[in-house]
Amino acid sequence: MSTTPPAGDGPWRELAPRTLARLLRTYGGGQFDLCEDAVQEALLEAYVRWPSAPPADPQAWLTATARRRFVDRVRSERRRREREDRVALLEAPLSHEGAHSDDTLLLLQLSCHPALSRSAQVALTLRAVAGLTTSQIANAYQLPEATIAQRITRAKRRVATLGAFPQPAGVEERLGPVLDVLSVMFTEAHHTTSGAPAHDADLAAEAIRVTRMLSAAAPGSREAAGLLALMLLTEARHPARVGPRGQLVPLDEQDRSRWDRAAVEEGLALLDAVVPGADPGPYLLQACIAGVHAQAPDTESTDWDEIHALYVVLEHTTGHRNPMVSLNRIVAHSMVHGPDDGLALLDELAAAHPRLARVDAVRAHLLERVGYVDAAADAYRRAIAATVNVAEQHHLRDRLRRLGA
Amino acid sequence: MKYLILMHVNPEVLEKLTDEQQQAIGDGHGAFMETTKESGEFLATQALGDPTRSKVVRSNGDDPEVTDGPFVEAKEFMGGFYLIDVEDEARAVELATMIPDARIPGLALEVRPVVFSDLGDG
Repeated sequence: MSTTPPAGDGPWRELAPRTLARLLRTYGGGQFDLCEDAVQEALLEAYVRWPSAPPADPQAWLTATARRRFVDRVRSERRRREREDRVALLEAPLSHEGAHSDDTLLLLQLSCHPALSRSAQVALTLRAVAGLTTSQIANAYQLPEATIAQRITRAKRRVATLGAFPQPAGVEERLGPVLDVLSVMFTEAHHTTSGAPAHDADLAAEAIRVTRMLSAAAPGSREAAGLLALMLLTEARHPARVGPRGQLVPLDEQDRSRWDRAAVEEGLALLDAVVPGADPGPYLLQACIAGVHAQAPDTESTDWDEIHALYVVLEHTTGHRNPMVSLNRIVAHSMVHGPDDGLALLDELAAAHPRLARVDAVRAHLLERVGYVDAAADAYRRAIAATVNVAEQHHLRDRLRRLGA
Repeated sequence: MKYLILMHVNPEVLEKLTDEQQQAIGDGHGAFMETTKESGEFLATQALGDPTRSKVVRSNGDDPEVTDGPFVEAKEFMGGFYLIDVEDEARAVELATMIPDARIPGLALEVRPVVFSDLGDG
């Protein structure tokens, strides 16, 4: 890229997405590409001018400049073709207002548009909402910059053709796809399905930052608060979650004194504020489960009855569509009723979902607890072959060696 | 999620290809690269020299020893690969079926997940 604006760090990270959101509010999501170009140009101009002539109100300066650049671009576009729609928009903008509390929401909804592929949603959210540069995103995912640039370009083009964004009725329905994208972003940071590090602190921090923005913009959403709590409670475990050789340290072996207490407290406080109320959604339920873990000093004194009950509700709420939830329910069941019971349930689940990841890892742990050393070793070997996560492979090999089979 | 599509080739099969088939293979790979670059799924591709050019370096007990020829003696060998980044395994397999080799008896594509990756630019 010949004109790389100074986005990606410092105050730009806050200013750029807000400016983009304001332009999109004025001109509509159909103009995503042009709006973003205009913001980039305004940033570049700011980068050159501000050192000698700092504006009194940087946000207002950027928005005004970006609007001018947008108009310039529309005029030059018009000289080429595609005139009618955009000129009409200039004459009758959707809104003349500057700041809107739900600018963030609009931007997130566009970036997480259900018509985009998951990887495109994630890339566009990191770029447009979190304000990361293409190269920062490429680094985070160990992908070539050209690949990310292409995905973002394609996603913007797609968003532009989609035009006005349909607004489902309730806040939870509107936020659903956004929450899913943020959740994937966070999970990938913690448990990269490809690539070695089991934790990319930057991506996890970005996911939390954007979810925090979302939760602030949509205070009525218990699921947004639930997802934020879930992220905080999960992130809190990170210092204890990776061993000295980069291997995964499972929950029951973690040194809980190394958990980030501030994050735990914030997560629990969020739960206290939103849990009273009927029909919790899937993210809130998962946060509640993480909350039960966070309150226990170790595995033995964990309230597994409560965790089991929460998984049963979660399974019901998600319509039994997610076998990973069932797998976790079985783990909790075996903590309450013993490994033999758990193994029987596991056979049923494996029969229904023969390719489900992590079944063999759970089976291996349960067989080990029962004392079937050879069967446990076989299950560990199958689990090692099945996982594509290097940190998890490490951990499973450790367990296999400890078994001494 | 990254996948490596390994292209397994057999020189005997390649020798017997007609001009039209060779042309179709060349065009097909070009179209495949164009499609996956446009979709943002393409990461890299490399074609490898003949295995008779291979040297194998391995321990003779303690120290490394260098010998001529491929590691595995076989009629088929890995002729090259595509590295792609896709949503899931199903998409990786779908892309593999778009490679022209998938329509030539005696050639094959193998799709395997990548578990560690460092592209050297970060």
